[in-house]
Amino acid sequence: MPSQRNAVFRARGIRKVYQMGEVQVEALRSIDLDLYEGELVVLLGASGSGKSTLLNILGGLDVPTAGEVVYRNHDLTVDDDRALTAYRREHVGFVFQFYNLIPSLTALENVALVTEIADAPMPPEDALALVGLSERLSHFPAQLSGGEQQRVAIARAVAKRPEVLLCDEPTGALDYQTGKMVLEVIEHVNRSLGTTTAVITHNAAIAAMADRVVHMRSGEITHIDENATKVSPSELSW
Amino acid sequence: MKLRAIDRKILRDIVHLRGQVLAVAAVVLCGIATFVTMWTAHRSLKLSQDAYYRSHRFPDVFASARRAPDSLARKLAAIEGVAAVRTRIVVDVTLDVPRLDEPATGRLVSIPEHRVPMLNDLFLRQGRWIDPMRPDEVIASESFATANSLRPGDSVAGVVNGRWRRLEIVGIAISPEFVYEIRSVDIFPDNRRFGVLWIGHEALSNAYDMEDAFNDVAIALAPGGSEREVIARIDDILAPWGSTGAYGRDEQIAHRFLSDEIAQSRVSGTIMPAIFLGVAAFLVHMVLTRLVQTQRDQIAVLKAFGYSSLDVAIHYLKLAAVVITIGTILGIGLGIRLAQGLGRLYAEFYHLPSLEFDVDARTLLLAFAISALAASLGALSAVRGALKLPPAEAMRPEAPPIFHPGVLERVGLMKRMPPSGRIIARNLARRRMKAFLSISGVAMAVAILVVGRFMFDAVSLMMQRQFSEIQREDVTVSFHEPKAHATRHDLEHLPGVFGVETFRAVPVRLVNEHRSKRAAIFGIDGGGSLRRLIDREGREISVPAEGLAMNATLAEVLGVGAGDSLRVEVLEGRRRVETVEVTRLVDELIGSSVYMDAEALARLTGEGRTISGAYLSVDPGSLPALNEQLKRTPAVAGVALRETVIESFEKTIAQSMTITTTMLIIFASVIAIGVVYNGARIALSERGRELASLRVLGFTRGEVSAMLLGEQALLTVLAIPFGAVIGYGLCALIANVMTSELYRIPLVVSSRTWAFAVLVIAAASVGSALLVHRRIRTLDLVEVLKTRE
Repeated sequence: MPSQRNAVFRARGIRKVYQMGEVQVEALRSIDLDLYEGELVVLLGASGSGKSTLLNILGGLDVPTAGEVVYRNHDLTVDDDRALTAYRREHVGFVFQFYNLIPSLTALENVALVTEIADAPMPPEDALALVGLSERLSHFPAQLSGGEQQRVAIARAVAKRPEVLLCDEPTGALDYQTGKMVLEVIEHVNRSLGTTTAVITHNAAIAAMADRVVHMRSGEITHIDENATKVSPSELSW
Repeated sequence: MKLRAIDRKILRDIVHLRGQVLAVAAVVLCGIATFVTMWTAHRSLKLSQDAYYRSHRFPDVFASARRAPDSLARKLAAIEGVAAVRTRIVVDVTLDVPRLDEPATGRLVSIPEHRVPMLNDLFLRQGRWIDPMRPDEVIASESFATANSLRPGDSVAGVVNGRWRRLEIVGIAISPEFVYEIRSVDIFPDNRRFGVLWIGHEALSNAYDMEDAFNDVAIALAPGGSEREVIARIDDILAPWGSTGAYGRDEQIAHRFLSDEIAQSRVSGTIMPAIFLGVAAFLVHMVLTRLVQTQRDQIAVLKAFGYSSLDVAIHYLKLAAVVITIGTILGIGLGIRLAQGLGRLYAEFYHLPSLEFDVDARTLLLAFAISALAASLGALSAVRGALKLPPAEAMRPEAPPIFHPGVLERVGLMKRMPPSGRIIARNLARRRMKAFLSISGVAMAVAILVVGRFMFDAVSLMMQRQFSEIQREDVTVSFHEPKAHATRHDLEHLPGVFGVETFRAVPVRLVNEHRSKRAAIFGIDGGGSLRRLIDREGREISVPAEGLAMNATLAEVLGVGAGDSLRVEVLEGRRRVETVEVTRLVDELIGSSVYMDAEALARLTGEGRTISGAYLSVDPGSLPALNEQLKRTPAVAGVALRETVIESFEKTIAQSMTITTTMLIIFASVIAIGVVYNGARIALSERGRELASLRVLGFTRGEVSAMLLGEQALLTVLAIPFGAVIGYGLCALIANVMTSELYRIPLVVSSRTWAFAVLVIAAASVGSALLVHRRIRTLDLVEVLKTRE
């Protein structure tokens, strides 16, 4: 049961206000959320619901205006840039909608980029094997399909054996079949490595593959569902 | 007038790109400022020279003789093509100047006791004209008076035809024939120890037994008069009276120096702006290309709403035009101010009575035209990309850049490189042309620095060669008249003298078919140690027992080579004419001398061994006593002291070096910063997403900066050797172009110059890097990742 498991993240009373020109936008109002070891959480909400902002704060890309985020016993809200960089470097893997690969590096080198600065990484070849790309090691991003690029991005994210994997709309730029394949890879990583994983999506169908589903609207968590049985991504359809 | 919306976009874009716009405008500014400065100074100097020559009647032909009767003046005036003649007496004497230990040389030039308009007229700066009743009154030249702090009322003493006389200065003046006052034996003006004193004609003719006679003549040509024919006629008339040959303005030393300076300002006013505007064109290209890339969607929208491709192209051209115009207008403003300053400096250095400062509208139009040309060159290819885009395609984000395994992969070098190194190497390999142009830009900055300092290196080597290898005497003494060889013993007995080497200089005309040249043949004894002959490579030249050892540049002018013979017309004494073989060509840095063995020269003149002067080595402790005695020795026409010449040279060179070096550092920094800063800013804009991704993955700001700036650093490092090669090439070109009969520029670049160039470029690059590093600090990670491009 989740309550008996150790919480990786403990977020309390998170508020985030952006200054957009002369207007203040309240992206997060008051968020309380725990993420537990090894679980796969889907953050579900419409565009503008605040889910990316929340993920960015958890990933150390942004700091909340108010509230407290504790990773293990480490308070992220008091960290400066240097400490946040170290936190990302050691503990977090990111996957983005637009892959964000380095165009001048091959698939293998994109992964090596991260393993070379990590403490106990897996060999980059293994990471790419994990996402089924053993045959495409020396291809440049421009020579790979969108799905393949996203799988390289996942391999890059998990190669350093992060404690958490944060995925922001990982299928947003992909077609149906490819999107499902990428979700399978994420699920496979979560299951085989036990990496705490959070996936952002606005696609409700994806929620079925999660342990828990966090519903968000207008900067607030409306409710959290627990899935009694998880559905394998291959069985999802939308 | 209301600005159209699309033009308003130009202004906003400029504000947005202000850093880069500023960098481009600064490069244009430097280019245009140098162009306007040099061309305006050139024009003003030329106008001032012309005006001075006109108002003070600078003559066209010059001649001197030993002693010609005044009656010849009428004969000279009657030559067809001659408009005016002024005969006078010119004598060099040894002077004792207050507050100067060493003897100085005064050139006494006769003037009418009552002031009348004449050729080579004086411009009286201070004091008054001489009093006809006072034969000891003189007017001093301004450069001599200034150098020695002499004012009207002061006096100098001199040995005038064997008699010690006190000459009272009543006026300070300048004259067009002495804009550059230099003793004929010197290679550098020494205004403390050489100066002109104008003295009453009667006073001078009485002193030198020249009543009803003259030894110097200046002639103005009538419009259409042929210089060549007039010179030939003068030579016919004056030859029996000891003339050393008439010559035109091209051999008049002051005119020659001033005209060379004017011509050089034109050359440097062309090379430097060309470099700057070339770099500006490249920068405009770089900035606009990137702008068109980032504004693909905007271009698409413009086209979708019905703006034609031409409208869009003009839009971006206008942007380039605004940037260039800012640089040009500021450059013109700065250029005019600098030209005024430079003109004043020139006017002061050459003692011009007034500076005819004139800004030519054509120069300004030309400035606009060339900067417009540079802008167009840079903008056109960038804008062409915008023209080709169909609106729908432009709306889509640009496809990811394509990378392929390159040479580095094939030789397996990549494997050993860290990812950051690979990113840098692949980015450069993918855009080779851009990398090449960036390297060229910085290389130009290196070249400018090298070329600028090269002149000092070359001059230093010439000085070092001249004063420590060639001239090793302490004192040079020259006589009014050739003396018997035995005079050498008198010199040996002067105080403190422990070494004497004599020389003989014979004025001649060298003739090869239709080519002829006035020159002096130096007769020297072989094996001397005080004065050696050293060629361009630093090797000692030996003078053959027979025939002439002739300077290679002079030989070229005369069209002769080693082994050829030419006619030598001796212009003094028995005025013999002989055919002599050129046995050897010599290649010296300074002067275009002709040497002969002293014995052989004696046989040529048919006068036996005589000497014109001697080089002395002197015990330093005895110098004051020697100076005192030389000041009072009637036979001595001039004394030159090695130490004092070096001192005055170093003072002058140190001054101009400071100014030039400052300018060079500014210029080169502007170029280097322009190229490196723009390159890094554009790379940052192109790869902001990539860099933000790296930051998200846990790379620190420093690591990310290193990746971006490492690329610029690598470009700079590559640019330095490239720039060194270009710089060296330009030095060779300059050395070649500036080779004249007066001197040859040695091709040497000192290690200090190389180090200086590298340091300035490194500093400028680091400065630009810091500016860009600040941008990386503020990179918005979240924002960059949200959008696709």
